[in-house]
Amino acid sequence: MKRTMLFGLAGFTALALLGWGVNVGLQYLGRTSSPDVPVAPTPPPAPTARITATLFYGAPDGLSLAPVRVDVPLAEGAVAQGRQIVRALLQPPPAPYLAVIPRGTTLKALYLTTGGDAFVDLSAEVSTNHPGGTQAELLTVYAIVNAMTTNLQGVQRVQLLIDGREADTVAGHVDVRRPLERDPSLVRQDPPPAVQ
Amino acid sequence: MRAPAALAVLLALLLTSLALAQNPAPISVVSAAGRRALPATLVNGQEYVSLDDVALFLPLSLREDRQGGLIVTVRGKTIVAPRDRPLVSVDGRVVSLPGPVTRAGTRWLAPIDFLPRALGPVAEQRIEYRRASRLLVLGTVRVPRVTTRLESSGATARVTVEIAPPAGVMTVTDTDRVVVRIDADALDVAPVAGAAAAVAQVRVDQPASLTVLLAPASGEAKTTTSTADTMTRVIIEIAPAGQAPDTSSAAPPQPAAPAPALVLAPAAGGVRTVVIDPGHGGEDAGVKGPGGTLEKQVTLDLAKRLKSVLEARLGVHVVLTRDDDRAVTLDERTATANNAKGHVFVSLHMNGSPAPARTGPAVFFMRLDREGEDTRREAGAQALALPVLGGGTRIIETIRWDLAQARHIEDSQRLAALLAGAFQGRGGAPAPVHPAPLRVLAGLDMPAALFEMGYLTNAEQEKGLATEDVRSLWVQAVYDAVSQFATGPAPAPVPAAPAARERR
Repeated sequence: MKRTMLFGLAGFTALALLGWGVNVGLQYLGRTSSPDVPVAPTPPPAPTARITATLFYGAPDGLSLAPVRVDVPLAEGAVAQGRQIVRALLQPPPAPYLAVIPRGTTLKALYLTTGGDAFVDLSAEVSTNHPGGTQAELLTVYAIVNAMTTNLQGVQRVQLLIDGREADTVAGHVDVRRPLERDPSLVRQDPPPAVQ
Repeated sequence: MRAPAALAVLLALLLTSLALAQNPAPISVVSAAGRRALPATLVNGQEYVSLDDVALFLPLSLREDRQGGLIVTVRGKTIVAPRDRPLVSVDGRVVSLPGPVTRAGTRWLAPIDFLPRALGPVAEQRIEYRRASRLLVLGTVRVPRVTTRLESSGATARVTVEIAPPAGVMTVTDTDRVVVRIDADALDVAPVAGAAAAVAQVRVDQPASLTVLLAPASGEAKTTTSTADTMTRVIIEIAPAGQAPDTSSAAPPQPAAPAPALVLAPAAGGVRTVVIDPGHGGEDAGVKGPGGTLEKQVTLDLAKRLKSVLEARLGVHVVLTRDDDRAVTLDERTATANNAKGHVFVSLHMNGSPAPARTGPAVFFMRLDREGEDTRREAGAQALALPVLGGGTRIIETIRWDLAQARHIEDSQRLAALLAGAFQGRGGAPAPVHPAPLRVLAGLDMPAALFEMGYLTNAEQEKGLATEDVRSLWVQAVYDAVSQFATGPAPAPVPAAPAARERR
């Protein structure tokens, strides 16, 4: 009877040792077999290509436009690049510059002609939210005209459309019935600072 | 033969003077169409007017009835005036009169009270007779009552002018007079009360001005204006010669800088019509100041003041592109100016800036793009010389209708420079002048500039707008510029002159 108990105990111990050994062996195999298992590597974030454009914001004096170098996304083709430039211009400006394009204004469409004219179609907020005044309206119009003609090669004139239609003025003063050329006289002549 | 001839002349003069003595002065009819005289006649001590004369400005027809009375028809309603009875039936209601409607030859005469009492209820418009000032007021014209009182206190004289109901007032002070211009169509002026040695005369000038002529030895005059619910009051303090007037008793206090005095200018050379364009209007309020002042209100007020000053002082005809708070398109403004054949155009605006601290005036004139420059060059080249009946030629000049300003750029620049310089020496720096592609100027066939008088986005400038001094300064600046432009060098000749202009 005693002998039977001893054999049982020895058998149980042997089984336990066998199980432990198998477990350790499997763990070892799991570590050493990884080079054979294909694992997809996590890709690093793709760097967005950007270009440095000269945008025009209201200068702190409220009288002129300040040229500011800003990084904007690189886009495929002149029309797409023009859209990126106008969208960047519609964002609130960095301090200490002043917003000259009314809040809520969005870009609806942009067209380029082979003759060097660009048509920038803005939402109605550019007119309905405009504070008024000849000076403020000149800054609004030429912030866009100067940005387009400065950054897009081949664009010489810009006509603003409002809600897809030709307009007389943005806020009652500046004639936007025809494409406008760049107006450097409104630009403050300090060297343009770079803003990231 | 000489004695009978002289007697006949004397007799004729006597009869004429008797006739003049019998007929009172004509009554002034004031309406939206202007002012006209209505002859009056005395009948049994009552003032009568001819209904045939009344029919010239009121739509009425006259018909004699079988009993010798008169039936007046106005807008489908009838007034029956029985013969020899001092009453009439107005659309069935009996109205008494100081005398009967009567016939004199072929004309029907009615007491002046017939107009407000009988015609008024059926004419569908206001008919009011101001007996003291002999004014017959028709429709919605503004005719405030003006009373003037003269007082002396020691060596100082005071003139108090009260205008009821309240009206816009601008005072113009000169060395020998003070002119009170009232924003009204006519004035119902009461006789001047009191007397003051420093005042030589108080005179009413058409259409709505009061001129206080100072006595030769009087000193400086100073005016203060205040407006209450029921009236506007102007107080003119006249100091003895060599002394400044004491205005401490006449509220409100004067600011440190005195209001600029208008200076008489010579007649306006070749400029006969000036077009003043009050910017914005109606739903388009323009710039809104931080305190709520609207650009459209400021420009309209200043335009009306300018009209009074330019017409009275420069003797020019002034056309406003709007004279009330209504929306007027930019094309309509251009058309008004061109149709009036204006010689000068000034558009009045208040500026706006994203920088609230920005202040000061600015002047703009038209800047042409390549297309405009081409138009300008071609304007002369495309002039056509056509033969006319009777010999000679007639020059037909063609220019694009929406770029008519191209012919006047040099003169417009001169006008802009004069406007900009008008602030120099009046407490302000010369205003900057900018060329810009401005819509309202593009189609104007005359020298033109757009005057941004100050920044309404600046709180201090907005507050200043409420003062007479600032408004007078701006009016003075435009007046000076226009008068200098008018009396300065003649505008540059257009490419082909004399020209019968034809637009395409």
